[in-house]
Amino acid sequence: MVKKTKSLNLNFGPQHPAAHGVLRLILELDGEVVEKADPHIGLLHRGTEKLIEHKTYTQALPYFDRLDYVAPMNQEHAFALAAEKLLNVEVPIRAKYIRVIFCEIGRILSHILNVSTQALDVGALTPSLWGFEERETLMTFYERASGSRLHANYFRTGGVNQDIPLRLIDDIEKFCKSFPKIIDDLEGLLTDNRIFKQRNVEIGIVSKAEALDHSFSGVMLRGSGVPWDLRRSQPYEIYKDLDFKIPIGKNGDCYDRYLCRIEEMRESVKIILQCVEKIPKGPVKSIDGKISPPNRDDIKQSMEALIHHFKLFTEGYRVPKGNVYTAVEAPKGEFGVYLISDGSNKPYRCKIRAPGFSHLQAMDYLIRGHMLADVPAVLGSLDIVFGEVDR
Amino acid sequence: MIESLKKLEKFINSELASKIQKSIIEQNEFLIEIDESDLIEVVQFLKSNEKSKFRQLIDIAGVDYPEEEKRFQLVYLFLSHENNNRIKISIRFQIDQIISSITKIFPSANWMEREVFDMYGIKFKNHPDLRRILTDYGFKGHPLRKDFPLTGFNEVRYSEKEKKVIYEPVKLEQNYRNFDFESPWEGTSYIKEIKNVKKDGKKN
Repeated sequence: MVKKTKSLNLNFGPQHPAAHGVLRLILELDGEVVEKADPHIGLLHRGTEKLIEHKTYTQALPYFDRLDYVAPMNQEHAFALAAEKLLNVEVPIRAKYIRVIFCEIGRILSHILNVSTQALDVGALTPSLWGFEERETLMTFYERASGSRLHANYFRTGGVNQDIPLRLIDDIEKFCKSFPKIIDDLEGLLTDNRIFKQRNVEIGIVSKAEALDHSFSGVMLRGSGVPWDLRRSQPYEIYKDLDFKIPIGKNGDCYDRYLCRIEEMRESVKIILQCVEKIPKGPVKSIDGKISPPNRDDIKQSMEALIHHFKLFTEGYRVPKGNVYTAVEAPKGEFGVYLISDGSNKPYRCKIRAPGFSHLQAMDYLIRGHMLADVPAVLGSLDIVFGEVDR
Repeated sequence: MIESLKKLEKFINSELASKIQKSIIEQNEFLIEIDESDLIEVVQFLKSNEKSKFRQLIDIAGVDYPEEEKRFQLVYLFLSHENNNRIKISIRFQIDQIISSITKIFPSANWMEREVFDMYGIKFKNHPDLRRILTDYGFKGHPLRKDFPLTGFNEVRYSEKEKKVIYEPVKLEQNYRNFDFESPWEGTSYIKEIKNVKKDGKKN
């Protein structure tokens, strides 16, 4: 006699601690095996792209902090690069170093969060407590440079908003010297942990070809053994002068992606140390008065500076006609901005390419045939942040 | 980088000569404009050809030009890992035209096309599951069209009386002000409108 079973529909989320935000996942289950997953996204949709069309270029920048809010400056970077490409402005070398330092800090911020919460999802509490302590230190660096821990609004077209405080560089260096030990500790908790391995090894395997077809980027791609990193292949800022390795995985499962992230943190520390050593003195934003605002002293003294200041903060600057796509290697993958300018002071269209969007799309393909308990593990290793997926 | 793009441009122009309306290299980026009916063929060629190898679809961006006859534009961004270059394919079409879906060639186009459908109301042929994706359940209108107001039409709040979330037309204390910086000395457009109304009133 064949026993007929009916498949069960399960609503995962929108409020679920392992959904990493507001994801509603409709799962079709046969017993405990997932037959189909249909992610419903958009619960955090704020219309960023529409808002940007109504703001000047300076006003549009803070929206990028609010996309992937665990690594805010990395997204700002993509937008700043796009506007710079259209305007054809030169970024001073010190600003480039500062940008790279903070982008790498962003990468560490994001990877700590991901690694520790992935561990949390599969049942380990300690890594998140240890990891978040370090994140707090890193966010104070953000705060000392920009004034806020999360929504930095620090990068500008043509440089960064202001120079970093004197002792910050030393403190960042000190942190970089001590942080590898913390990574070792985290690894000691997880890498050979039997439970962690059981939950992650050979779960959510992505083959090379599938990774390409599903528009994967970043760790999701490298975890499957594709050596592709925009910092290396299409270098921006000063990445081509820096010495760093690109860790790649072998099996393309959750565990390999975890290992990649750990290794990337170590590489980021190396990059920051190199930058700290080499960072030159000099201006931190473009000297073009039509794009970057004058400093406070000049406003008091010079009529022209005052006019520039007024014009820049009311009208903003105009960007020449054209369309560009710029992408940066954000912690989660390729974060791109496709910017169309009609020659006015506001972007005509700003399409944001969020890596998480493509990753979450593949959820159905990744989870089919896995057990229900694997859903949080896979979701954790995708490194989803809803700010960027929903935009 | 620019040389490899020029080489690519030459190659694509010779292979797909009849299909390419325009090819531009600007800011180190390569853009081709094609007819919307050739989309599938061109994308298939770019993906499978041994020389171009555009194996990854990066994004699909919709653009709205309400004044023009061919109102919508879709820009497909592709990346080739092997050759380390990018290409943008642009198609222009009218409001009621239906575009062929490329989900058969790139499975990741699924959500991207859903997003375009949601935001612009552009329909896709042979798409497996063309639903709204980012906006609310039961949402009306297509928010990224230029004629859709920034403030939207409906707002939601929790009603203490009905004990549920309700939808109401947007009520604003102050209307959204769009300053016209193109001609700062003539005042903003909403003042101009008030002035015009007054003038018309006098005439009548």
